[in-house]
Formats: sequence, C-alpha cells, structure tokens
Amino acid sequence: MRTDDLVQMLAKGAEAVDARAPARRALAALAAATVCALLLMAGLLGLQPALAQEAIEPMFWVREMFCAALGAAGLLCVARLARPGMRLGLAPLGVAAPLLAMWILGSVGLLAADPQERSILLFGQTASVCPFLIALISVPLFFALVWILRALAPTQLRLAGAAGGFASGAVGALVYSLHCPELAAPFLGIWYVLGMLIPTVVGALLGPRLLRW
Amino acid sequence: MLSKEERLRGLLLRGLAGESSAYHEFLKELAAHLRAFLRRRLARMPEEVEDLVQESLLAVHNQRHTYDPNQPLTAWVLALARYKLIDLLRRRSRTDLLHDPLPEESELLAASDEEAANARRDIAKLLDGLPDRHRLPILYVKLEGLSVAEAARRAGMSESAIKVGVHRGLKALAQRVRSKP
Repeated sequence: MRTDDLVQMLAKGAEAVDARAPARRALAALAAATVCALLLMAGLLGLQPALAQEAIEPMFWVREMFCAALGAAGLLCVARLARPGMRLGLAPLGVAAPLLAMWILGSVGLLAADPQERSILLFGQTASVCPFLIALISVPLFFALVWILRALAPTQLRLAGAAGGFASGAVGALVYSLHCPELAAPFLGIWYVLGMLIPTVVGALLGPRLLRW
Repeated sequence: MLSKEERLRGLLLRGLAGESSAYHEFLKELAAHLRAFLRRRLARMPEEVEDLVQESLLAVHNQRHTYDPNQPLTAWVLALARYKLIDLLRRRSRTDLLHDPLPEESELLAASDEEAANARRDIAKLLDGLPDRHRLPILYVKLEGLSVAEAARRAGMSESAIKVGVHRGLKALAQRVRSKP
C-alpha cells in the first residue's frame, strides 16, 4: 500500500475524538480498583478496630496525608508519562517532598525519644509484614494503572511502569492504613515506603514488556 | 503567515473535532515532514524510511486521543516518531545508530519531502491477514468509504461492532506492522 493510500484510508470517515474520554475511563478504572483494594483489605485483614480513637490523633492524619500526597504525585507522573512528548516537569518533586518531610519528622522523633523506645518507633509491632501487605493490597490498583497506561501511549516504558507501580503502591498504602495500627513517623518513613517500592520495582521490570505498543 | 506548527495543529484539532478533510490534509503534510525527518535520521538505512513513515502515521492515528491541545504538536509527533524509530533500531539490532545525536524539536518541521519511495512492507497484505471482525469494518468503512450503517448491514454486524472493529483493527494492524520484518 502506498503512503498516500494509507493516509487516505486513515482519514476516511475518521470521526470526532472525545478528548475527555481517556481521563473519564482512567478515573472509573481507578475508582473500581480502589473499591477492590478496600474489599481486599476489609475481607483479608479487617478494619482497624481502634480506628475511631486513632482518628483523633494528629499522626493519623499525617499518615493519611502522606499516603494521599504520594498517591496524587504518583498519578500526576503517570498522567504525564502516558502522553508522548509531555515533560515530567516538577511532578517528581511532589513525590520527593512528602518523603523528605516524613524522614525529617521521623529523625526528629527518633532523636527526641528515649534510647530504649527507639526500636518501638522503628519497628512497631508489624514491620515484618507491613511492606508485603501494602504490596498485596496494591495489586488491583497495579492492574488498573497498567490498563490505563496501555490505553495511552507512554514512550519511556520503564519509567512509566515504575510511576504506575509507585502510584498503585501509595494508594494501596492509603487503603492499608485503615487496617494498620502503626502511627510512628520512623515506621511510616521506612516500612510504608518499602511497601510502595515493591510495586514500583515490579512496574519498572515489567514496563517495557507490558506497555509496548 | 501562520507557522507550520500552528497550521498543522489547527488541521489536527479540526480533524479531532470530526472534520475528516482537515484530518486528511494534516496526515498528508505530516507524512512529508516525517519522511524528510526520517530520511535524515536513517541515512544509513534508507530502505527502512518509507516503512517507518507508514508505521509512524499509523501510530499518530491510533494514538491521536493522547494529544493534549495545550501541548506543542511538534513535541507530541516527535515523541511518537522517536519511539517508533528507537523501536525499529532495537528490532534491527542497530543500537549503534542510537548514539547519533537525539533529534531536536525544531528539526521535525524544518523540511518536507513529498516524494514517497516504495514501502517494502505491504500494509494491504497485512490487512488481509486480520480476522473478519477487524478486516471487514476497515475494508468497508476505511477503504470503500461506506457509512457505518451501510457497513453494518453489509457485514451483518451491529454499528457499534463496526466502530469497535475499525478502532481495534487499526491497533491490531499496527501490532502486525511492528512484528513484520
């Protein structure tokens, strides 16, 4: 087929493209995956029984904001990386800032604490399972983000995969936090972040294979 | 006088709004720019140029929903074309050519070349190999120019199946184009 004929064929009967459709479908997929993650958390792990008491502590909201801010920044990176020729711009700073803030908060907390209390702040009661449970709760979100990215056209596949994995990890951590009893900043800065990094690494490894077009 | 960027962007936006004659004009001019651009980029593999022009056009069409109207058109097209170029060089194991300096945005619209060489790969043949649910909608709507309703009657499919068939069929075609040497 000659190139002119191909052009003719592509243009023939080409209908209007709804510019908002991709965003609408992405939001629907994210909402559905978040519901799945919530059901997974509630069914498998159970809601934190002391949630109501926890919710009056400032650290509870610091934790929720931490996860939500990382999730939002991760999703912004995904949205940029999903379209050809879009620059990431300052979006990665949105990931770096909450991390840095939590690490500073954690370091101050550790320095101010009695030496014998420090291991409690660092490891809490659930350090050995926390990252894996966050990764598990992230699974539906990970699938949704891969689906969203596949419907668009990322050109840096490894980076786009990592961003999708990170966003799913952060939103997964937000969901997981409704089960989690830990509120100490050093704990969150280490084990929550590790939990988010598991899907990030998986996304970076699978990106070139899953997102190719 | 409008710059080339503004002119092409205007044509694309009208095309995305459903004006297929503007879209046709857009693709035609873009093909000439892509050809000139890729001919310079693939100076050491001239036989690949026309195939890659076609592959890039198919990508532009299939991914046209990812164009953000606030974004420079050149940046968007160049990112698509560069992705397809790198993909080709990897497939040909010619990663040595990746060390050529990366294309600049100003380079894409700098020249235009309307002299199409022959593509080595025949998209029409690849089209014949598609399953009927993809092939018939493309054949009736895109090649014979029937309306969706007429195509649905002729193929014995629903109108939405025709639309989905065209959309998915062109994506499937791009997959085949990519995997054919």
